[in-house]
Amino acid sequence: MKSEPCYILGVSAFYHDSAAALLCDGIIVAAVQEERFTRKKADDSFPEHSIRWLLSEAGIGLEDLNAIVFYDKPFLKFERLLETYHHFLPKGLRSFLISIPIWIKDKLFFRRLLKNAFDKIGSDYPKILFAEHHLSHAASAFYPSPFEDAAILTIDGVGEWGTTVIGKGCGRDITFIKEIRFPHSLGLLYSAFTYYCGFRVNSGEYKLMGLAPYGNPDSDRTREYIDKIKTHVIDIKSDGSFLLNMAYFNYAVGLTMSQDSKWETLFGLKRRLPESDLSEAYMDLALAIQTVTEDIVLKLAQTASALTGSENLVMAGGVALNCVANGKLKQQPIFKNIWIQPASGDAGGALGAALCAWHIYLKEDRVVQTPDSMSGSYLGPSYCRRDNLNTFRKYGAVFKHYASDDLLIADVIPQLEAGKVIGWFQGSMEFGPRALGNRSIIGDPRQPDMQKKLNLKIKFREGFRPFAPIVKEEAVSLFFDYTGDSPYMLMVAPVKESIRRPLPDRYHELPLAQRLYHLRSDLPAITHVDYSARLQTVSKTTNFKLWALLDAFEMVSGYPILINTSFNVRGEPIVCTPEDAYRCFMRTDMDILVIENFLLIREDQPPFEDIQNWRDTYVLD
Amino acid sequence: MSEFLSEMVSFFMTRKKFWLLPVVLVLLLLGALMVFAGSSALAPFIYTLF
Repeated sequence: MKSEPCYILGVSAFYHDSAAALLCDGIIVAAVQEERFTRKKADDSFPEHSIRWLLSEAGIGLEDLNAIVFYDKPFLKFERLLETYHHFLPKGLRSFLISIPIWIKDKLFFRRLLKNAFDKIGSDYPKILFAEHHLSHAASAFYPSPFEDAAILTIDGVGEWGTTVIGKGCGRDITFIKEIRFPHSLGLLYSAFTYYCGFRVNSGEYKLMGLAPYGNPDSDRTREYIDKIKTHVIDIKSDGSFLLNMAYFNYAVGLTMSQDSKWETLFGLKRRLPESDLSEAYMDLALAIQTVTEDIVLKLAQTASALTGSENLVMAGGVALNCVANGKLKQQPIFKNIWIQPASGDAGGALGAALCAWHIYLKEDRVVQTPDSMSGSYLGPSYCRRDNLNTFRKYGAVFKHYASDDLLIADVIPQLEAGKVIGWFQGSMEFGPRALGNRSIIGDPRQPDMQKKLNLKIKFREGFRPFAPIVKEEAVSLFFDYTGDSPYMLMVAPVKESIRRPLPDRYHELPLAQRLYHLRSDLPAITHVDYSARLQTVSKTTNFKLWALLDAFEMVSGYPILINTSFNVRGEPIVCTPEDAYRCFMRTDMDILVIENFLLIREDQPPFEDIQNWRDTYVLD
Repeated sequence: MSEFLSEMVSFFMTRKKFWLLPVVLVLLLLGALMVFAGSSALAPFIYTLF
């Protein structure tokens, strides 16, 4: 007789990026972030919507679960808090008075907090387990990877105590070898610079990374900034371990990231106010911290290699989303293979926690899969024909239906060639921060004004932000200095010399706008100012429809490459439902919306009655 | 509450940081007072390090 399947639910919540993930006999059934349902970016509330959706997707109730696992250990976090306040006494009184009441009232009684939340979903559920934060990250990186054994590197802001961990995964075992502890944190160092450059912590780190290539690598100022960071702010050892000079930081017991007066004295630069003009100095500062970050990541990787002897590396944690550093790491001959968890932030902790329960708590063996066990990270909700038609009916939308993908693609290609911007909504939503072609906005990367149009008229975001290409996996080496796959848009690589166009003399001294809109390659919209591109390779087996679209575009343009940016506007979570997609389509200057095999043209749509000042409903990131 | 107390004891036995015990007890007493006073523990946070 066949035994009952074993269901495990992983949960991350109450800090940022709440999420839930479900395993069935160790196989990842589905995973989703709460923000996609609540429409509140990086929502930190208990992921009730996510859990309800996961259970309905699996056709089970809470009573069918064999384990529930939370992605970190609250008591250890509380220990860290108390010891930190004690260490920094008498500083931190204000922060203490704010944070401790919350702990005493709620977070210290975490199990009760979780039980109260689960009671709203059902009355019968298993015991709640807790996995350590970095173990959750490590598990999310190692277990779904295609490797039997691997070095594990997790780097983030902070979990309980750990901020950076080097470990080894072998079979179903994970062993931690080295750890760097709070307050010394590469993630928080990067976040402090994000804050100082006028971007939001926990979401603006991407912007800082995107801003860095605008810095002048040959300028004395950039070199001076790098030198000052390494001399005064962080002491980096040869093995990649580091100590931060806490005199420059305020995050340990304060309510801001940096000691602004000290930074001002050190860098001769005031903290940039959000949304204010970006001067060259901030670009050089962004380049400096990016360079330092890459230096540390490479050293840590070398140490991980030496300690584990493995030819494979897996990574997770927020810093693993620094795809520029990842690209540099891939260029080095340290590891033969690198695999990075696409949901490397705290959302992915939910998945890792569930995997910990399966492999470590229940001691179940791994089944290693190729290319990995993440199903392309297409682990979220999908919607049927009836859902789509209900949305169209609700808004009186005018649409055309296609009987096959081929017919749809045949009509989409001329629109792309004509420079139209297309909302592309297909199948299951992605798990993790990147849109990987199922909730994406796509366009022709050859169009000279595409970057400007997408940034300013569709995404309503800063003009300097770069866009990423999607490329047929088998063709990536023809256009980029890159071999292998990059299915999760986590690697940056240079565009090939053959498609580059020369830069004018003294390019780095030109104003930002001139540099931004100078045509740097045959594919200007996806070529960053330093000739780099954030790659997503598309495999025929993982996402055939997207691959077929790229293939058809290649037939007419010679390039199996399109722009891919997330289907949302600034501050909005990526769209989840067909209704989210239609609303976003009508609110922006997007030209076409494709939902499954339905195509909608903007000009054909009836007037869209929207709430006034809808953009104010999204907090700018 | 009994589950919480047994977990707390287990935590102290595992971590062996007994100097934190009086701190936690005082904070719990203060917390109880706060609950009786009915004040709100909710506050806006800039950074979620805690």
